Amino acid sequence: MRFMMMTKDTTGDSAATPPDEAMMAEMGRFIEETSKSGVLLATGGLDPRAITITSSGGKITVTDGPYTEAKEAVVGFALVEVRSKEEAIELSRRFWSIVGDGEGVIQQVFGPGDDAHGQ
Amino acid sequence: MIASRTAPGPGAVRRPACAPAGADVVIGTVTTRERSAVHARIDAVWRLESARIIAGLARMMNDVGVAEELAQDALVAALEQWPESGVPDNPGAWLMAVGKRRAIDRIRRRERFEHRLAELGHGLDTETPGIEPPDDEHIEDDVLRLVFTACHPVLPTPARIALTLRMLGGLTTVEIARAFLVPEATVAQRIVRAKRTLAEAKVPFEVPEGPDRAARLSSVLEVLYLIFNEGYAATAGDDWVRTDLCLEALRLGRILAELAPGEAEVHGLVALMEIQASRTRARTGPSGEPVPIAEQDRGRWDRLLIHRGFAALLRAGEIGGPPGPYVLQGTIAACHARARTAEETDWHRIAELYGVLARVAPSPVVDLNRAVAVGMAEGPERGLALADALTSEPSLRGYHLLPGVRADLLARLGRRDEARAEFERAAALTDNAPQRRALLARAAALNP
Repeated sequence: MRFMMMTKDTTGDSAATPPDEAMMAEMGRFIEETSKSGVLLATGGLDPRAITITSSGGKITVTDGPYTEAKEAVVGFALVEVRSKEEAIELSRRFWSIVGDGEGVIQQVFGPGDDAHGQ
Repeated sequence: MIASRTAPGPGAVRRPACAPAGADVVIGTVTTRERSAVHARIDAVWRLESARIIAGLARMMNDVGVAEELAQDALVAALEQWPESGVPDNPGAWLMAVGKRRAIDRIRRRERFEHRLAELGHGLDTETPGIEPPDDEHIEDDVLRLVFTACHPVLPTPARIALTLRMLGGLTTVEIARAFLVPEATVAQRIVRAKRTLAEAKVPFEVPEGPDRAARLSSVLEVLYLIFNEGYAATAGDDWVRTDLCLEALRLGRILAELAPGEAEVHGLVALMEIQASRTRARTGPSGEPVPIAEQDRGRWDRLLIHRGFAALLRAGEIGGPPGPYVLQGTIAACHARARTAEETDWHRIAELYGVLARVAPSPVVDLNRAVAVGMAEGPERGLALADALTSEPSLRGYHLLPGVRADLLARLGRRDEARAEFERAAALTDNAPQRRALLARAAALNP
């Protein structure tokens, strides 16, 4: 089962709290370990300055932003492959025990086999 | 306090059967709902951590059977304590610490016993190996040792599979039994006997080096691919694909590729499994029937897995040397993955690769696949000539794919009656229900 884990910037200003070196090292080890075990398929940080694209009645509108709800902006993601929802949650717990305060969202990504089981 | 040899994994004990769904029964200070949430967490922690814990303890004890018992003891302790005390911050380290403590207790007990024997004048080799507690730095080497030990050639193949899934996959006996459609007692027996065999044969807990290594590695790769194939093309039962087994084999393969990065064949196997797994969604139709590769909707192929497969092949290529059987099969799988439509498939290249494979790892099944490829590259007549040469092959007797392939080639040659008979024969030879229906459908389509 694949899960997309997204982290939000709840401080609203990521530049205010630069991550310290020890935390980065620990995160590096965590990423290495999960990549090696085939769990982490992809990960990355996202530029919070989003572009919004809307399609309505055949008309497509592109706007810069939103910037207003900065606290809701997704700033990082990890795509993981695990055997259960509980494993995904467990990995997320480890992530947050390294990172500290914050908020994340976990959603299942339908991947190989999910359709085969009619899910 | 020692869990029995066949101690169930967390899956078997996690849910109190008496609690009605949604009920909030208070036992002690903890509600059943909280308790089952903790059990679900323990289950997940166990699956993520058990291989490392067993591997670390196996190095201390130089016995994987004992190591697994000790790890199970630690699990039982977690199941008893965590619902009350809460899950510790680093649950894996907690389990490892408890396991280590039990291991040291056991070593001390053994030393005392041997000491007493010596005092009684039964002096014997009382030398105990120095205790080497597992540490984070060496844990990966220990996991690799565990892989080689679980797949040791001294064990019969089904035992290697069961032990690998149990000790490296963290699967319970019940789950293994369900995956392989065998009674739970059979799996439990296999595991007990396997541990005994390893102990009796004094199989050292090590990564083989020197001339032994290649043969031992191919035993490991064989086990992983057998697990994958059991999931990919279930040999029996109603499910055409048992995805969980495929993904488990793939997961173990990816881990192995990082533990033994210098082995081209490991990357070859990973490539093969990644690319085959990429077709999972496309290879079964709405009612569970198998869809042949030429008719699959390639848009449903998983691009991420295909890219991982290509990357694994590149790594194999960087290591160099003449390609082994898994690298060749991975390369063949990549040929299919590269074709955007069935018509674009480079069958000449595939036929050529099967020719190389037939020399590197000769087998009638490879010859049969080569017949298919040649049939596509050079026409059904040439393919049929190769397939016909295999009809007297004893190891293919009873193998549904031979009449299946012949049927297809005969149909393309317009020899409808012979083709129909062969499809029917193939259908009678397979135990897989959806596949049988598909073969019978093709036979019926050839009715005059």
